[in-house]
This record gives sequence, C-alpha cells and structure tokens, in this order.
Amino acid sequence: MSTLHLQVVGPERMLVDEQVSEVQIPANDGYIGVLPGHAALLSALKPGGVLTYVIAGQTRKLALYGGFVEVLATSARVLADGAEFGSEINKEKAQARLAVAAKAADHISPDTDQQAAQDELLRAQAAVEAAA
Amino acid sequence: MPSLIDFRRRIRSVKNTQQITKAMKMVSAAKLRRAQERVIAARPYAKTMRELLANLSSAAASAESAESPWLSRREPKRIDLIMISSDTGLAGAFNSNLLKAALKFYDDHPGAEIFLTLVGRKGRDFFRKRPSNIIADYINVLNRPTYADAAGIAKEVIRRFRDGETDAVHVLNNEFKSVMSSRLSVQQVLPLELEEGSAPVAQDYIYEQEPVAMLEQLIPRYVEVAVFRAMLETVASYQAARMTAMDTASSNAKDVIEALTLHMNRVRQAAITKEIIEVVSGAAAAE
Repeated sequence: MSTLHLQVVGPERMLVDEQVSEVQIPANDGYIGVLPGHAALLSALKPGGVLTYVIAGQTRKLALYGGFVEVLATSARVLADGAEFGSEINKEKAQARLAVAAKAADHISPDTDQQAAQDELLRAQAAVEAAA
Repeated sequence: MPSLIDFRRRIRSVKNTQQITKAMKMVSAAKLRRAQERVIAARPYAKTMRELLANLSSAAASAESAESPWLSRREPKRIDLIMISSDTGLAGAFNSNLLKAALKFYDDHPGAEIFLTLVGRKGRDFFRKRPSNIIADYINVLNRPTYADAAGIAKEVIRRFRDGETDAVHVLNNEFKSVMSSRLSVQQVLPLELEEGSAPVAQDYIYEQEPVAMLEQLIPRYVEVAVFRAMLETVASYQAARMTAMDTASSNAKDVIEALTLHMNRVRQAAITKEIIEVVSGAAAAE
C-alpha cells in the first residue's frame, strides 16, 4: 500500500515526520482528505482544527492552531503556528480553556478583539476535540 | 617584601576565584548544549517556511494583483533595527562586538532614521546613554526564549512596516558558529529578500486561497521566525562565548597561582637562608 510522507513542523520543534496512509487536514475552507497521489495544493489552515492521520491502521489526532499546508503527490507538509498531540493535551485544562473562550466570544464589548476571541474559541474547540 | 602569610592569602583568594570560574564554565557548557538543541529543533520550520515563501512569492509576482504593502519596495529612509544582545556579561567581547556592529550599521545608513528594538539588558544600557530612537526594549526574555516571546517582540515592528511607518526591518545578532567563534549577522527581514538559489520548484499548485492573501499571512510569521531564530542563536553563541571566557579565566588563574607559589617559595627559601646565616655567624662569633 502506498504511503504519504507527512511532516508537521511547529516553530519550536518538528512534531510528525512519518509515512502515513491517509491524512485529514483542517484547511481554512473546510477539511481536506489527502491520500497518496493527491494534486499539488497550497492552503492556509483554520485558526483551530484537528489533523487526523492514519499510520499502520492506527488513527492519531493532533490539534493545530493555524498555519499552512503544502500537499504534493507523495508528501504533505504542515507549517503549524502551534500544534499539540491529542494524547498530550490535558482534558480538564482544555475544557476549562474552552469555557473561558466561549464566554469571551459571546461577550461583545468594544474593547475586545472579536476576531481574536473567535480564533481562540476555535483553538480551544480543537484542543478538546483532539483530546477526546 | 610581602610575608609568607600574605602570599598564602593571595593564593587562597585566587584559588577561590578559579573555582567559581570553573563552575561557571561547566554551567555554560550544559546550557550551551540545550541551546544548541533548540537551534537545531527550530530549523525545519524556518526551512519549510522559506520554501513556501519562495513558491508563493513567485506565484504572487506572476499573478496580476493589487499592490501589497508587504511587497512594495520603498527607499529605506526609516529603518527598524532589532538588536539582540545578552542580559548578562562575563562573556568576553560578545556584547562589545555586537554594539560595534550596531554603530557601524548607523554609519552604513547615513541619512536614514533608525529606530531600535532592543532585546537584552546590555544593548539597552548602551543605547540608553546615547541619543537614539528606542521603540521598545525587552529584558529577561533570553533565559528560555519561546516562540510567543519572539512573536510579542515582532508584533510592533510588523505593524509599523505594514502601516508604512518604516521602510525596512533588519535584525542584528550574534550567530552561533562553533564553541570558539561566533559570527555577527545583519539580516534584512523586510522587505522580503529571498536568497538566490532558493528558486522555487515549478509546481502547478492548486491555491485554496489567493497567493497574495496567503503571502500576507505568511510574511508576519516570517518576521517572527527571524526574531525567534535570532534569539535562539544569540543564546547559543552567548553561552559559547561565556564558556570560552570562563575557560580563559580559569587558566589565567592557574598561571597566577603558579607565579605566586614560585614567589612564595623564594621568600620562604630566603627566610630559611637568612636564619642559617644568622645561626652560622652567631656560632662563628661565639668561637
């Protein structure tokens, strides 16, 4: 079975550098499923989303906090602004973060940055989803 | 002529100093290793980003697009300089070389107004005493620089460039080469200058977003990465410089101890000789 070389690089370290059989990428305009042989593609990522990849039949999840992706026929490279493995996320902390973010996003006032609050909400959601 | 006791005291004091410098050298060696690992760990991100930028900017250049403030080249009349020094000294000429390079930067850009963003206490202290435009200074961020720190430092610089308040952004820092040597690096971050040879591999990409729009998202990131990398490089080369300086200090202390011990032995010998002469001449007089 053919595989795809997936790389996820964060600013401080490389998180994933492996051969995978399938990957789902949270692109800005919706999730993209990528199998080996995909057409070359460049896209921005959602400010918060979950990247799922399948390696040797096992599914793994990664919370991505924005960035870019480059897909080629045999490889996919994710340039992540921030990323965390689902298995490394503390569930309670993620839930608490989500609660705070949801409140901030609901609360409309002139001195809060709505865009930033929405992005933070997406990130918190991604963290919770990846941790699940 | 100092007495024996004076010599012993001085030797003890130098030995104490030597122990301290030795310990500092070991600490720096340990810190250097960690700093080096971080420099290496951050490399793939910077590399991937450069490649994406090269691809995108060639796509954006070929596309008939509106003028983007990020890509416009203006005559550099107002320049933002981000200078990264260290917070503490005891590292030989580490900071003074950097400050000399900063003054040279002023000389190299006559007629341009230079605005400073200073990271590290040494650089701040130096420029505070001089007529200069300091936009911001950051101290105590170099112990363990995180990407978030770098992003915070870059933020204002990015905004100023985007709004046309400055025409260019440079980063000045020491770059880690090896334990014995570091290199000064002055890098122009904005406007974007892609090195020759990083010519993009002609790829027929599907662009999910407009290349220009993506480029506009990517460029601020690029500045942050440049600052982050400069900070990591600074930490690594600082620890290396400190290690070398402390090594030199330890071996100097060793030389001083040797010289003092030699002197002390001469003085002791002289005292013994004097006593013998006294005894012998006393005996001779008694005969």
